[in-house]
Amino acid sequence: MTEPQTVGEMLARKGISRRALLRYAAWVTSIMALPSSMTRAMAQGIADTKRMSVIWLSCQECTACTESLTRSYSPTIDDLIFDFISLDYHEALQAAAGHQAEEARLKAMEDNKDNYVVIVDGSIPLGNMGYSTVAGHANADVLRETAEHALAVVAVGSCATWGGLPKADPNPTGAVSVSQIVRNTPIINISGCPPIPEAMTGTLAHVLAFGQIPELDHLGRPRAFFGNSIHDRCYRRPFYDKGLFAKSFDDEGARKGWCLYELGCKGPVTYNACATLKWNGGASWPVQTGHGCLGCSEPDFWDRGSFYKPLPASTEPLATPLAAGAVAGVAAGALASRAAKTRREILGAMSKPKDAADTTDKT
Amino acid sequence: MELLDFARGPALTIAFAIFAIGVAWRLSSLLFTPRPHRRAEAREGTPSDAKAFVRGVFSRFIPHKTYRDVVFANHLNAYVFHIGLFIVVFLYRPHILFIEGFTGLSWPALPNTLVYGVGLVTVVSLGVALARRMTNPVQKILTTFDDYFSWALTVLPVLTGLLVVNGIGARYETLLALHILSVCALLIWLPFGKLMHTFLFVLSRGVTSVRLSRRGATF
Repeated sequence: MTEPQTVGEMLARKGISRRALLRYAAWVTSIMALPSSMTRAMAQGIADTKRMSVIWLSCQECTACTESLTRSYSPTIDDLIFDFISLDYHEALQAAAGHQAEEARLKAMEDNKDNYVVIVDGSIPLGNMGYSTVAGHANADVLRETAEHALAVVAVGSCATWGGLPKADPNPTGAVSVSQIVRNTPIINISGCPPIPEAMTGTLAHVLAFGQIPELDHLGRPRAFFGNSIHDRCYRRPFYDKGLFAKSFDDEGARKGWCLYELGCKGPVTYNACATLKWNGGASWPVQTGHGCLGCSEPDFWDRGSFYKPLPASTEPLATPLAAGAVAGVAAGALASRAAKTRREILGAMSKPKDAADTTDKT
Repeated sequence: MELLDFARGPALTIAFAIFAIGVAWRLSSLLFTPRPHRRAEAREGTPSDAKAFVRGVFSRFIPHKTYRDVVFANHLNAYVFHIGLFIVVFLYRPHILFIEGFTGLSWPALPNTLVYGVGLVTVVSLGVALARRMTNPVQKILTTFDDYFSWALTVLPVLTGLLVVNGIGARYETLLALHILSVCALLIWLPFGKLMHTFLFVLSRGVTSVRLSRRGATF
């Protein structure tokens, strides 16, 4: 039996019908807000393409991004995204180890020059190259080498996209994002801690089907998944508009599903598709479980004030500058009044002797 | 540091410090200044200073009957935007949360959608006030840069606030940052311009009343 040449042939051999592929393409085009007319083109694009070589580099990370991508409750067709691609290198998932693993990466790069995709999770330490190495090579060096001839680099998770937890103040490892290392290769940022699986698979499907990166926002994220704020799509939004807010995590308002704004929800300044795609096969998402959004898909979310401080509250204590300013102002006012009084007294004293002298002369 | 982080952090801290210094300086300068000597006896039947002070403060809330018809529309409009500003600033939930953040004080809020409506009315009312100032010949002569600047710094926070809640013009976080920065600008300017009447109106009305009452004026 000959090896399948295209993804379509491979899916057919696995018993996945063209109708199922069309359904998948329709789902991906809908979540990416593409016109429905693109469904057929996407299905055809996926079917006709050869499996794309993917190299997955893990830097300073916790593996949650991989967990997010691979964890599913039922085998749906989007799980088969791994059948669409040829995952040639992934430290956690590959069978090869040691030099064999590194050789697999180099071979994939050579065989698919300018046509492979690099996925990166985790931030890259620059403080000391020894903080995170693979096969004796620093993350930054491996990333530069691997990204040089890649079609695109996909930074998954907030560590790869913004630096994430490792970059949190005081950033002991000098962690940076992928975009601070890779300069000449297109980068797609899929942020989140971890990112939504569908955001990763949908983006890969788009690249696979159309051979180009999807429309990105100003932070380099696919607009289809990061175009709306959590707040705008939140099912609790009507309660915000009515001014109905939960005051604590277990009060009556919280049980009634009222808005979590006062409990520190960062939904208004967070852009992600959690509210629409949800997690675990659409079962739920953080706000639905009763906890406010942490803003994990936004840059430096660890260092932007308490998760439980309402968004309008200042990130710095304002009582101190108010009190200190008031004391300084009162002191300045008292001094100014004192100076004015002294000036008046001096002027008065200067005029009095003159009068007295005039009187003396007259007598 | 992004614009919103700057606005929520250093910008607010600096603005609050300047605001506190300015207000405390101006109020204490006035309160510490020695009272002028009274060289003349008060007229017979002059109310006590306290009574004259209180009367002066409250009598000015309603225009004198001599001018009532002439200034009625202007006076009414002033009420609209002053009450509107009060509602928007102190009865909008996110603002209460902001104040609670550094005072620990909280109170009930109005529904957000109602406050949005009040904000819109306030902006229109402030627009009417500016139009009158620019078209009325007498007011035009009396108007200085301070008036226009104070007007702009008053309307900007309301306007940017409306843009924030309606998501018009830019992303939420950018609009929110601009809204907070406009509030910072207002706080910094307030003690040094005519907006200081927020604190001084009581003193100026009361002291004027006391002085004029001694000369026989009634309030």
